[in-house]
Amino acid sequence: MTVTLAGVAAVLFGVGSYLLLQRTLSRIIIGLGLLTHGANILLITAGRRGRPALVGRGDPGTFADPLPQALALTAIVITFGVTSLLLALAYRSWLLTRDDEVQDDVIDRAVARHDAVEEEIADQRELVASEEAG
Amino acid sequence: MNWLVPTPVVLPLIGAGVSILVGRSRLAQRVVGITVLSLLVAVAAVLVVVVDRDGPVVVEAGGWAAPMGITLIADRLAAVLVLVAEVTMLAVLIYAIGEPRTERNHVGFQSAYLVLAAGVAASFLTGDLFNLFVAFEMMLTASYVLLTLGGRHDQVRSGMTYIVISLIASTLFVTALALLYSATGTVNMAQLAQRIAELPNGVQTAFAVLLLVVFGIKAAIFPLFFWLPDSYPTAPSPITAVFAGILTKVGVYAIIRTQLVLFPDGARPATLLLATAAVTMVVGVLGALAQDDLKRILSFTIVSQIGYMVMGLGFFTTAGVAAVVYSLVHHIVVKTALFLIGGVIDHTSGTSRLSEVGDLVRTAPRLAAMFLIAALSLAGIPPLSGFISKYALVDAGVAAHHLPVVAVSLVVSLLTLFSMIRIWSAVFWSPAEQSAGDAGVRRPPAGSAPLAMMLPTVALVACSIAVAVAAGPIYAFSQRTARDLLDPSSYITAVTRP
Repeated sequence: MTVTLAGVAAVLFGVGSYLLLQRTLSRIIIGLGLLTHGANILLITAGRRGRPALVGRGDPGTFADPLPQALALTAIVITFGVTSLLLALAYRSWLLTRDDEVQDDVIDRAVARHDAVEEEIADQRELVASEEAG
Repeated sequence: MNWLVPTPVVLPLIGAGVSILVGRSRLAQRVVGITVLSLLVAVAAVLVVVVDRDGPVVVEAGGWAAPMGITLIADRLAAVLVLVAEVTMLAVLIYAIGEPRTERNHVGFQSAYLVLAAGVAASFLTGDLFNLFVAFEMMLTASYVLLTLGGRHDQVRSGMTYIVISLIASTLFVTALALLYSATGTVNMAQLAQRIAELPNGVQTAFAVLLLVVFGIKAAIFPLFFWLPDSYPTAPSPITAVFAGILTKVGVYAIIRTQLVLFPDGARPATLLLATAAVTMVVGVLGALAQDDLKRILSFTIVSQIGYMVMGLGFFTTAGVAAVVYSLVHHIVVKTALFLIGGVIDHTSGTSRLSEVGDLVRTAPRLAAMFLIAALSLAGIPPLSGFISKYALVDAGVAAHHLPVVAVSLVVSLLTLFSMIRIWSAVFWSPAEQSAGDAGVRRPPAGSAPLAMMLPTVALVACSIAVAVAAGPIYAFSQRTARDLLDPSSYITAVTRP
């Protein structure tokens, strides 16, 4: 049982990490979903498991440990909220750019190609000046 | 006095709810926000005095005893950080009300800001590792909302990076919690401290490093810092200021708390901490030197300063940890003040690019003076608070015989001074290089800043001077805090007492 759950968690982590490294937002979000499921399964695996849930009365030893279940439930709710926010942001991004890909950071590129950018600006200015003159 | 402990968590949450209810009236929202945060400053001040006099104050949520229920505990470190955080958040809230482009346009700003305050306080006050995760999420979710409040293209892009990175850190945190619970059967920090000591050495170190990675992402230490300079500068100035001042410090706090309370002496990754601290300092300051945007330069210096704190922790001596506590107080105040001044510059001249702003010393001499005080303090020039914090760190490092990392920190200090002077000379002294250049990004200059923006900025700069003037008592307090942290027995008995 533990080995199965550990295997499932491992597969979820692997697939999630792979999707996370893609450039499109929808895949990143799906990847995050899988990754967090992996973590939750790991949480469920912690503690005494594979027994009935804590319902009614009885010998405490016969029940599954309720704490990891409570923790996993909390984690699931939090992830649910954040994932919906991410989806909303991805939709906003699509509205603004009509593209699902993560854009390059403008200033990062400007710093990386500092000289090239300045040349470009100078070229543009010349172009504008010549157009105005013409 | 036990009710003091949950107040910084509960009161802002109630305030956030009320703030939504009175959403039609911005005035009512402002009254709620300022009242709540002012009350919390008072509560936190009393808490610091009480905790310093009587030792840690513990509250068990719902009356459930320690290992079962959720514990809230205020020890010296938590109390002082709550106080500094509430003071800064109050100042930034007033600043945000004065700034025309942030709070005014969004009905949700005030409530998200109050939830952020609750999350920050909960992170400091919790005595339960899973509850720390919940507090982090509360704080982060509010910060996601605040970061992307305008919905502009660059905000959405950098907000995405920030949320995805934070979510990965949270997932790793849940993973660490799952493994810790499997190994020890508890998530209560005091009980974990007792049970982790019984685990095999290798397992202990593995947990220490795993938690270091989780909180290292939040605290932005090398090599996990790259998201910070990307995402922070795109938010409106007051938001950036509060993130820069407080959120990364919550990560540093979590590193300090977990490394010192949970793990015994042998399991702490001291060499790893010192090495990452050195690289974090260097990379942060070099990044700052390459940038052209004021907010991005300041964001990179956050990374560099985090390196100093990790270095102080890495010594694992009373002097080192005391220096870190003092640095935390100094850095929250000074960094927030610097970002607020940056926001005023952005507001009055319409841009924060160094190459496009200039000559402000003529039009805004008082702003120039304030920036100089805060910047020199950050770089560590005597007699300002930054000097005291750096001197304490270097002194602790020399006493602990870690000379290489101390040498690195001194060189980085010089480079920090250089990057600050670079801002100073470009923004205040030299004329603008390309005033009418590539327009489009630049807004029309506003001329002067409203009083509500200047007042909190002046107040925070004054606070940073006060941290230097009152260095004696604050440092004595830091040393008591460090002794508590290195010998967590009073913390543990306060939680597990019958």
